Amino acid sequence: MTSYNEMYEGSQVRDPYARLSQWVETMPADFRQMKQAEAEALFRRIGITFAVYGEGGDPDRLIPFDMMPRVFEQAEWRRLERGIKQRARALNAFLRDVYGRAEIVRAGRIPARLVYQNEAYEKAVVGVVPPRGVYSHIIGIDLVRTAKDEFFVLEDNCRTPSGVSYMLENREIMMRMFPGLFRGNRIEPVDQYPDLLRRTLESVAPAKCHDRPTCVILTPGHFNSAYYEHSFLANLMGVELVEGQDLFVDGEFVYMRTTQGPKRVDVIYRRVDDPFLDPLCFRPDSLLGVPGLMDVYRSGGVSICSAPGAGVADDKAIYTFVPEMVRFYLGEEPLLQNVQTWTLWKDDDYRHVMENLADLVVKEVHGSGGYGMLVGPKSTKEEIEAFRAKIEADPGNYIAQPTLALSTCPTFVEEGLAPRHVDLRPYCLCGDRIELVPGGLTRVALREGSLVVNSSQGGGVKDTWVLSE
Amino acid sequence: MLSRTAANLFWMGRHLERADTAARLLDVGQRITLLPNTASGYQNEWNSLLQASGSADLFAEKYGEISQENIEEFIFFDRDNPGSVMACIEKAREAGRIVRTALTSQVWDALNMAYQDLRRIERTPRDTLDMASLTDVTTSHTSTVRGAINATQLRNDGWHFMNLGYGLERADATARLLDVKYYVLLPRIEFVGSGLDTYHWQVILRALSAHRSYHWAYGGDITAGRVADFLILNGESPRSLITALYEAVWNLEGIAKRYGDTVPTNARDKAREVLGRLQAHDIDMIFDEGLHEFLTWFIGEIGTISTLVHEDYLLGGS
Repeated sequence: MTSYNEMYEGSQVRDPYARLSQWVETMPADFRQMKQAEAEALFRRIGITFAVYGEGGDPDRLIPFDMMPRVFEQAEWRRLERGIKQRARALNAFLRDVYGRAEIVRAGRIPARLVYQNEAYEKAVVGVVPPRGVYSHIIGIDLVRTAKDEFFVLEDNCRTPSGVSYMLENREIMMRMFPGLFRGNRIEPVDQYPDLLRRTLESVAPAKCHDRPTCVILTPGHFNSAYYEHSFLANLMGVELVEGQDLFVDGEFVYMRTTQGPKRVDVIYRRVDDPFLDPLCFRPDSLLGVPGLMDVYRSGGVSICSAPGAGVADDKAIYTFVPEMVRFYLGEEPLLQNVQTWTLWKDDDYRHVMENLADLVVKEVHGSGGYGMLVGPKSTKEEIEAFRAKIEADPGNYIAQPTLALSTCPTFVEEGLAPRHVDLRPYCLCGDRIELVPGGLTRVALREGSLVVNSSQGGGVKDTWVLSE
Repeated sequence: MLSRTAANLFWMGRHLERADTAARLLDVGQRITLLPNTASGYQNEWNSLLQASGSADLFAEKYGEISQENIEEFIFFDRDNPGSVMACIEKAREAGRIVRTALTSQVWDALNMAYQDLRRIERTPRDTLDMASLTDVTTSHTSTVRGAINATQLRNDGWHFMNLGYGLERADATARLLDVKYYVLLPRIEFVGSGLDTYHWQVILRALSAHRSYHWAYGGDITAGRVADFLILNGESPRSLITALYEAVWNLEGIAKRYGDTVPTNARDKAREVLGRLQAHDIDMIFDEGLHEFLTWFIGEIGTISTLVHEDYLLGGS
């Protein structure tokens, strides 16, 4: 299986990479090691770390940063952008629908079972329409490329996609270390993201809010692996970073505890999962949330971003129907394609998958972060058989996809530049407008041949450039 | 400001100052033990230090025997000892990490460097470390953090909470260091006024880096009365009780002025009252009353002010 190399066409360097290619060629031998060390020291100093659960070791681990950027031409990017915005519109329309009249289910286009028996479906918010009808305000859509003009959506993240701080910090560090590469302004900036995010949050303030809305970010706390990102975004937006214990409900509103007494909160960008939001409504044992929060939410006293229940749209089972959503709600043809997906609860699909396990990628419907998956071609016979037993026990819990020839991007390794597989996560913001900054997080599988780019599985990150005309 | 943010800034200040004190305590002990003394003196004096810092029981339980290595481990490295240098720096850094948004990058940098450096030292074989350099490393890091705070932080409510933490902790720490005298000398009252007594006072001055400034302020010999006056009532002395308390009052006034009448001011009122009573004392009155009794009273009052700070600002009015 040969992969598309983003930098080369045959042996020719593609236009968008011309400048980078020259840069690498004229780079002195020991320059790279020096800069790599410098980059690491910078990351360490600003405290960007990523804790990985259950691994032991250094709780303040750095995500490996690769200095070789990934580049998009303007035209490539605009196409992606249109596709992402379209998908974001459809996903929000779907959420509005399934918590309302459920037309798509009545029309028989999505099986009722997949919606109503979904763990992420929240009965507690049926009939509650959030401001502007937006349920998912920050959508991270994971994309892979297989050829020059072929992009596939791997996954939609409608709840609390993380990683945007890396997009911003990678750029910051690249600009600081290699100002020469940026002169002439050919690379479109991404640093307006925090302002856009703040505007998006303010634009979905509840009707009961009459002044300038007070927005906060709700974090599970400093032990969370994405805590750095939470504090980073709060900092750049100039809003408070709160934990559940900082908030309380009084009457019809939510307040935060301040040194000057209670202060009303209008919009909560939450980075905690639904089950932990409100112990009175969801898990009673949770200490992360705010008792009574859901009552205030339902009566329109506070906006929660993303809305509780938004997760039903990014399930791996629902994923297969997103192109259908685009047609159903928007009356358009999808601009971005899904990866072909077999759902193991269908007999035909089940048979096909079981016969071809060695060639497929099988994923748990609710799994995330590269856990609980089988990459057929990279697995041993024993691993495949062990996984087969797991599937037999609960076929409904799995989907399968072909192993795609993910594109590669030149990446610095010991010996110099070598191709490594990459994916891309742009961040789409949905409020009164739908917007995204020209860029995203490129994740790179640092091990040779590996297709797993997750940071929890040893992946790295690189800066993502969109060139202006 | 979020109550939790204020609480973390307050405790960050306290823990940094506490780390500094622990290192200084180690230095006091070290110098006292260098003195030719009775055969059991060595043991007694370290024990006195542990008594004064309020951690004698914890030490006895965990280590039993007093030895140079055990003491060093306990006061400097042991994370089970909440007052150890390592534990305090770790807690200060943790508090700083939680309120990253309220710190400048220079302050975070300095704080993080202090922590990383101590972690490095922690991994060094103990027999290659000497106590004096441990104290130096600590005080130099805490000074760097303090300098970064002074040079770069906004003079807002966060600033006042941080410095309030420093002020109250420093008042408490100086009182406790002075109280070491009481514990060290109590069993041997015949030493009062002797050369040994003078040496002890001098050691306390050195531990507070106040040896030179004492001479600038008083000129002549080291006497109990003058040293006590310097460390309790002299408003020019940077670590005296009155200076530390005055700074606490100043920060509480700053918060009260900023927040206006709608927010309670019990902590400020109490701190003002204690400062008033301190100002009404002279050193003879304190000795008449009993130095230990006076210090016990003072440490109690600092505790009350801390509790009131908590009630006024850190609960969030719910």
